[in-house]
Amino acid sequence: MEERGEYWSRVAQTSAFQDLMQKKKVFIIPATIFFFVFYMGLPVLAGFTTVLNVQVIGALSLAWIYALAQFVMTWTLLHLYVSRANKWDEVVERVREEAASDLGEKREEG
Amino acid sequence: MSTDDIIAVSFFIGVIALTLIITYFAAKRNTGASSHYVAGGQIKGWQNGLAISGDYLSAASFLGIAGAIALEGFAGFYLSVGFLVAYLTVLLLVAEPMRNLGKYTLADMLAARFNARGVRAASALNTIMISTFYMIAQLVGAGALIGLLLPFIPPTMAIILVGVLMTVYVVLGGMIATTWIQIVKAGLLILATLVLTIAVLAQFSFNPFSILNEVQASTPQNMVIPPAPESFGSGLDTVSLFLALVLGTAGLPHILIRFLTVPDAKTARSSIVTATWIIGGFYLLTPIVGYGATLLVGQQTITSQDPSGNVAAPQLAGVIGGPAFLGFISAVAFATIVAVVAGLVISASGAFAHDVYNNIFRNGEASEQEQFRAARIASGAVAVGSILLALAFQDLNVAFLVALAFGVAASANVPVILLTIFWRRFNTIGAITGMLTGFVASVGLTFLSPNILGDAAIYPLEEPPAVFSVPLGFLGCFVGTLLGGKSTEEEEREGRQANYEEIYVRANTGFSTLEEELENSRREGEQEESRA
Repeated sequence: MEERGEYWSRVAQTSAFQDLMQKKKVFIIPATIFFFVFYMGLPVLAGFTTVLNVQVIGALSLAWIYALAQFVMTWTLLHLYVSRANKWDEVVERVREEAASDLGEKREEG
Repeated sequence: MSTDDIIAVSFFIGVIALTLIITYFAAKRNTGASSHYVAGGQIKGWQNGLAISGDYLSAASFLGIAGAIALEGFAGFYLSVGFLVAYLTVLLLVAEPMRNLGKYTLADMLAARFNARGVRAASALNTIMISTFYMIAQLVGAGALIGLLLPFIPPTMAIILVGVLMTVYVVLGGMIATTWIQIVKAGLLILATLVLTIAVLAQFSFNPFSILNEVQASTPQNMVIPPAPESFGSGLDTVSLFLALVLGTAGLPHILIRFLTVPDAKTARSSIVTATWIIGGFYLLTPIVGYGATLLVGQQTITSQDPSGNVAAPQLAGVIGGPAFLGFISAVAFATIVAVVAGLVISASGAFAHDVYNNIFRNGEASEQEQFRAARIASGAVAVGSILLALAFQDLNVAFLVALAFGVAASANVPVILLTIFWRRFNTIGAITGMLTGFVASVGLTFLSPNILGDAAIYPLEEPPAVFSVPLGFLGCFVGTLLGGKSTEEEEREGRQANYEEIYVRANTGFSTLEEELENSRREGEQEESRA
């Protein structure tokens, strides 16, 4: 177990893995906070205030515009995420290579 | 039987025959535990995307949202927004780690880190309860729906009919049949909704704004804006509903196991893209169908048929396209229920056969043959059990059960899934207390709410109590970890918990075991050498 754990922490310490996690965090943390706040804004505004009841074009209210904007947000973040994640796959390949050469050396020493 | 009935019945028989043909072919390929639970991990991205859409566009989405918009207006659209944005939680936080760590069930993913029967048992309990709540709601809904559309079939018969069909699909065809039935059903549902939408728009010179204007002009209450904020409680209830929707999806076992049916994380990703476009496109049409029903069917006619508006969409089809279109929409709604229930049976039976029987009672040592047999027996037992429960509950209003399923998923499953992946100090006791706290809080508050106790309610809100139960679920994880258990390091030394580095790397890269990785890269290296 001990030995196995040590292997994994060596993978975690490869520069490629650190790079991968850095890239992921820079995107995922702000994106998650943004979509959560934007999304919860709808029930908070609609449930506690009447600001969304203003009708802008005919019967079309701000509430509808805000609700439809959630669709646009979902699709936009979806594609931003996927295009980044597909690039992260290349970094994962680098982690694989670094780990393999690193551990291969370690094994020969042992 | 009138001509109209004959048309409707022909559509029903057509849909049922189609699904049975699919099951026949799938049964030939359903040869082991892996194919039974996760279709051998060989489903393509777009297929899985359609199947996820199918799982998600249950009768509640198709019939429920259209009915809610027809009767309540904008507030009915809350469900559409919540169901869709939930996919961001799934995609950004849960889907890839789940795919990278899991095998057949949600518990497998937690067990990748925690080597403890208690974790598996608590997770299996949650999966079984969530699936059961969801299933009873769908089955009772099927009984009511078919009773309304085809009055010559009594609700009891309808429940048994759905139950027998899903048992056949799941026991014989496993996940392969369930996936293909979802794909076909999703296609039919999208087609039906598109036709219905275009037919409605045609009545309003293809101008969605004029639908809104007419709704505002012709209904007494203003249905194009959110309902007026009544009290602090009603606002909190709306917030709670949104929270349950956006987090609950990421904890629904029958959605999560869909990420295990594909070969890799990239495919899991692309299946979510397909699913999100289909689901979003579908939900964009719900206001047109719902408001269309308000204007063309009329609220009185809708409520006289069903007080909660569940048949507004089929009624609209009847007004626009006559009995043939009504029959088609009804048959699609029926297929929707059967397919969703089949997916639920798979996830519940996986928890029974794979988690409880194989891993808890047999120490994970059951042979492949035994596992496959246990999976099939559990599927049959879960199906029969849920039919009996649905028959027992058929006269109750069970609409709150779907909300309850989302509440439990958000409160009991999501905290533990997130902390397993992201929290280094998490330990076994924390995971178990977190799951149980979330479960007890969400179920307990629901049972103290007006849904069960009526006027005597102790907890006053009607929507899923996520606003309280989700924080309690997280709190259970933290308190359990700090007070009850050994530290992560101790557990790692004793082999009760995998090294966190391992989980961290595997969840983020999809590497399986290190030896395998080394083997793969060595083989690739050799291939390159031999090519050179």
